[in-house]
Amino acid sequence: MKTRCRRALLALPLLAAITLPALANPAREAAINHFAAAAKAENPGFSGFSAARGEALYRTRFSGGEAETPACTACHTDNPASGGRTRAGKDIAPMAVSKSPDRYTDMAKIEKWFGRNCKSVLGRECTATEKGDFITFMSGK
Amino acid sequence: MTRTILALAAVATIGSAIAAATVTAARADRDGEGRRLGAVTDMATIEECGACHMAFQPAMLPARSWTAIMNGLSDHFGENAALPDDKAKAITGYLVANAGDASGRDNHFMRGLGASDTPLRISGTPYWIREHRGEVRPGAFEDPRVKSKANCVACHRGAEMGYYEDD
Repeated sequence: MKTRCRRALLALPLLAAITLPALANPAREAAINHFAAAAKAENPGFSGFSAARGEALYRTRFSGGEAETPACTACHTDNPASGGRTRAGKDIAPMAVSKSPDRYTDMAKIEKWFGRNCKSVLGRECTATEKGDFITFMSGK
Repeated sequence: MTRTILALAAVATIGSAIAAATVTAARADRDGEGRRLGAVTDMATIEECGACHMAFQPAMLPARSWTAIMNGLSDHFGENAALPDDKAKAITGYLVANAGDASGRDNHFMRGLGASDTPLRISGTPYWIREHRGEVRPGAFEDPRVKSKANCVACHRGAEMGYYEDD
């Protein structure tokens, strides 16, 4: 009985890792919450993030940024679950959380890359809504 | 007596080892090959520079080049690679301290560089150009598997460890 209990307890975290959605990472949830608060401040009508909007942001070809990087897909490819490549030819780990579980869990890193890449793709900073949408989309991928 | 002989033998062994090393170094010096640059050891440099391209060995450029590159990160070859000030400062410190002209000694990468020449690309140094001329088809750098002259590892598999003699 005792052994069985212990075994069941040991299996619990494993089960949780398999069944819980990819979003359930405390650091990533904190990042999402941070952007949700900022999105509300940006727009009082904000009613939650949307994976569909995040996907549109990922795929849209913009004209305000650098000619070589009109869309996220220019480096990250059409499939977020596959790896990408930088302009310098270096491999980029997949953006999809299912493939890169530690993505969007470090606030400084998140802001660093949105800061750089929104400028080079969109030609401007991304809004908090866009950042939250993007992470929401990638968390389900 | 035995101790003296042993000591003499040891000195002779060390001496010939040094002589051999000197000969190898001199030979390497003539053809510009056969030297290892060593791997980049600074974690921040590996992480930040290495996120977009191989973290190049600081010995490949003079200190003044690294300073210029690190001062212009917001437009880094068309890319916004800006870093927080403290991080940029720490990385610059590592690059400058290990540059190709650090402590007043020029390495082979400094050959052909004028005292105020400040190349911003390693592939713009006379040494790099000479080493690749004739050996590499110019079109090879446009090959999708290579993509860029910054992608050393595409051909030099040991580049990150500082090994480039596989050409």
